[in-house]
Amino acid sequence: MTLLAAEGGIDTRVQIVAIVVTLLLFGLVLELVRRRRLVERYALLWMSAALALLVLAIWRDLLSIGSDFLGIAVPANALFLVAFGVIFVLLLHFSVATSRLGDESKILAQEVARLDEQLRRLRAQLNGSQPEGEPTASSARTSDQ
Amino acid sequence: MSTASADQLHKLAIVPAYNEQGMVARVVRDIRRSAPDFDVVVVDDGSIDRTVAEAEAAGATVLRHPFNLGIGGAMQTGFKFALANGYDVAVQVDGDGQHKTEYLDELLAALHTEGHADMVCGSRFLEDPGYKVPLGRRLGNLIFSVVLTLIVRRRITDPTSGFRMTNRRGIELFAHDYPHDYPEVEAILMLHAHRLRLHEVPVRMNARGFGRSSIDYPRSAYYMAKVLLAIFVGLFRRRPVPIDDPPDHPGGQAVAPGTGLSGASADPAPEGGGS
Repeated sequence: MTLLAAEGGIDTRVQIVAIVVTLLLFGLVLELVRRRRLVERYALLWMSAALALLVLAIWRDLLSIGSDFLGIAVPANALFLVAFGVIFVLLLHFSVATSRLGDESKILAQEVARLDEQLRRLRAQLNGSQPEGEPTASSARTSDQ
Repeated sequence: MSTASADQLHKLAIVPAYNEQGMVARVVRDIRRSAPDFDVVVVDDGSIDRTVAEAEAAGATVLRHPFNLGIGGAMQTGFKFALANGYDVAVQVDGDGQHKTEYLDELLAALHTEGHADMVCGSRFLEDPGYKVPLGRRLGNLIFSVVLTLIVRRRITDPTSGFRMTNRRGIELFAHDYPHDYPEVEAILMLHAHRLRLHEVPVRMNARGFGRSSIDYPRSAYYMAKVLLAIFVGLFRRRPVPIDDPPDHPGGQAVAPGTGLSGASADPAPEGGGS
């Protein structure tokens, strides 16, 4: 609320809250890495985001300087703009990552299917019994080991 | 019907099936009855019913996905199996019983006689489809048909038909890369980009076994958008997959699996596939 009227600079109380929140964010990311819930690659990403917020919270004038530079009247809007841009890129990155993961899990599933069939066939051969109708594809298969 | 040389070929029928108990066994038996020289592999796409047991009991080899991948993933599993086991011909016969197996001979004959086609596609719209095709389905098909005919410069009447038979070159191509969901239209573009030839023969089909189409109304919008996007993007891609020039590849592994994405733009293909 104070943020909206903060053209002259941010109220000290808000500043303290902002610093505490970003520090908490920082700690949360570190804790997630410690518990191996988050790989370092993404941890670095989020930590640099938290760091940027921290710098902005401590160095009051940076936001005004930045918004002046971008030609934006209200500093808060500059913050929103940058944050939006960062979040957009991040989400796009995650979409790319999930696409790749989907591709990889597809390949794995296909490999599992192949190996599973091979295993059952070899096992059936080993047992010497033909539990299911054997005459289909088995005769043509020569290339697998 | 089939030529003498066709008899020596190793032929595979790929039956993608997802929860098709009560139907898949009939499809397998139909194939074995009307085309006894085809081996049958059922690709179970993570079914939770008795699909696997029934397919095995009917005498098919079964490849089981640990979870559902969709029709594209299932077909690619079948093509990988065909490639690894040295099959010369592979045909898709849907596990829901839509495809009539008595046409397998005609597809096979066309694969060898029709100007050396690399893929033969059973088309419902060259003659009587054999069942009442829903209007929405017809309309979507018409749009794809027009777009594809323009791109491929060859009349494609039934781009969404899954009843297709392909030779070794098609098997190699599709084992290395096959579209994810709703793959039929894109597969035609892939063939075109790799200069493989497509031929259509008229077939009739059954209405689906349980009246349960894989494409209902909410999804058809996504279907149209997805495939049109894929077509559009495909035009700006030199080749959908990196693979050696079909004319001179020795028939082995054309490309290592996994290079599919990274090598796509670096492939120095002789001018674009979309032309």
